[in-house]
Amino acid sequence: MIEFEDVTKRYPDGTVAVDNLSLRIPSHQITVFVGPSGCGKTTSLRMINRTIERTSGTISIDGEDINSKDAVTLRRGIGYVIQNAGLFPHKTVVENVATVPKLLGWDKRKARSTAMELLERVGLDLKLAERYPAQLSGGQQQRVGVARALAADPIIMLMDEPFSAVDPIVRNQLQEELLRLQRDIGKTIVFVTHDIDEAIKLGDHVAVLRVGGKLAQFAPPAELLANPVDEFVENFIGKDRGYRALTFVTAEELRLTDVPAELTRAEDGSPKGWVNGSGELEPVGATFQRGDSLRAALDAVLTSPVGKGVCVDESGKAVGVVEYAALAEAFRP
Amino acid sequence: MSWVGDNSALIWEQLREHLYLALIPMVLGLLISLPLGYVATRFSWLANPLVALGGVLYSLPSIALFIVLPAILGTQILSPVNIIVALTIYAVSLLIRNVIDGLRSVPEEVLQAAVSVGYGTLRRVLTVDLPIAIPVIFTGLRVVTVANISMVSVGAIIGIGGFGELFTTGFQQDFLTPIVVGVVLSLALALVCDIALVGLQRLLTPWARVISPLKEATT
Repeated sequence: MIEFEDVTKRYPDGTVAVDNLSLRIPSHQITVFVGPSGCGKTTSLRMINRTIERTSGTISIDGEDINSKDAVTLRRGIGYVIQNAGLFPHKTVVENVATVPKLLGWDKRKARSTAMELLERVGLDLKLAERYPAQLSGGQQQRVGVARALAADPIIMLMDEPFSAVDPIVRNQLQEELLRLQRDIGKTIVFVTHDIDEAIKLGDHVAVLRVGGKLAQFAPPAELLANPVDEFVENFIGKDRGYRALTFVTAEELRLTDVPAELTRAEDGSPKGWVNGSGELEPVGATFQRGDSLRAALDAVLTSPVGKGVCVDESGKAVGVVEYAALAEAFRP
Repeated sequence: MSWVGDNSALIWEQLREHLYLALIPMVLGLLISLPLGYVATRFSWLANPLVALGGVLYSLPSIALFIVLPAILGTQILSPVNIIVALTIYAVSLLIRNVIDGLRSVPEEVLQAAVSVGYGTLRRVLTVDLPIAIPVIFTGLRVVTVANISMVSVGAIIGIGGFGELFTTGFQQDFLTPIVVGVVLSLALALVCDIALVGLQRLLTPWARVISPLKEATT
């Protein structure tokens, strides 16, 4: 657990970047700092590895004050991922990843083999290991950045807008992979972004900060969407929070009806299309599974030509359909 | 050509002297500029005055410097130290700008990443900042080296000037051959040194000549 107690950062010119911040960042989860520019989210992040020193207050990791050891030692135990990856341009990919193990004085061969394992783990083609960063795409560089942060197996990983400079498709892939990776490694991740959608997608907890470095709300994303504490948070989340909150409700409880005859199915039971009045086949639209969210179920209904969303099982076999009425029941609190 | 054959021992001696007088100040200049340039990037208000001072020093006529330095340093007027000190001053005055620009060419996020993963300052400067600054520093180093090789000859006026002495000999004897030989050898030496520096730079910066493929969106 990382604990902020009354942490303030005031610059010599009097600007207050972070104002009396107190919060507990739970271990083995992703906590996202989000807010508009000037809200102190990056400053708060960088005070954890002391690349920015706070003016007052205490920050502790698992009960130990971060000032109890020297800053360089502290930093070697905390993974750090930065926007644009910040890779060392004069080192190969594998040397970049082996940076911290080498700083820690690991044996060369061990550092290298660990680096190779991590590259594999973040989904990078090992043929790229001997290349230089300039030879990689933005998405590949960012993967290397994550591998570098994890190389010495730190308990904490700090991520400062790591995916904001890549295109939306790659960003989405990187987000999915981070969530997949986190299921395996269970690090305490502190993630900074200005993108509330990214915060909601990745965060187990989200800290919304307002300009001037004040904490506005600290809550799991579902609660943030359901109960924003004030107008600032509500505006920051955006207009369709009700719709987006459906992401956090499972379709498990949804009342399904039997697959109607108009839905043609393939031999394996997967839906092929809807037969309309004139006997033609229309596309199925989106499908969803039991474990998906209500948002996926609603999407299936909205994209279906007959207003019936098809629910499939793991193998893709149609197991039932959901209609508007059943959705409406599920939406009712 | 027979003149060259007859004087080969002298020419070799002058080559040795010329190289020594040109390259020692180049190395000294680099050794002085590196810490000075680093300090100027740490305290950025120092950078502009230092570069300006460099410009002023570089504009001092070399003959004047060769003659004035003995008075300042207390050296003999014919001491090679005068040439070495003068050329070192020129080297520093040119290199300081390149060292500052080179260190500033290190991307901010690279610096930040280096600090954040736990590099200490000295280690960072030596293993991250400096290697990345090499291409820019070498640009200055090449200019300094060629300029030094040309300026060493001026030292012949005070009696120590490597190939420059071939010019004084030629003028004194009203004999063209040593002058032509001196010009050709100076040019050749400058060319060889420049090629050697380019080779050294390529060796030190394998990363700078990778062909960046079209940054495809596939990841």
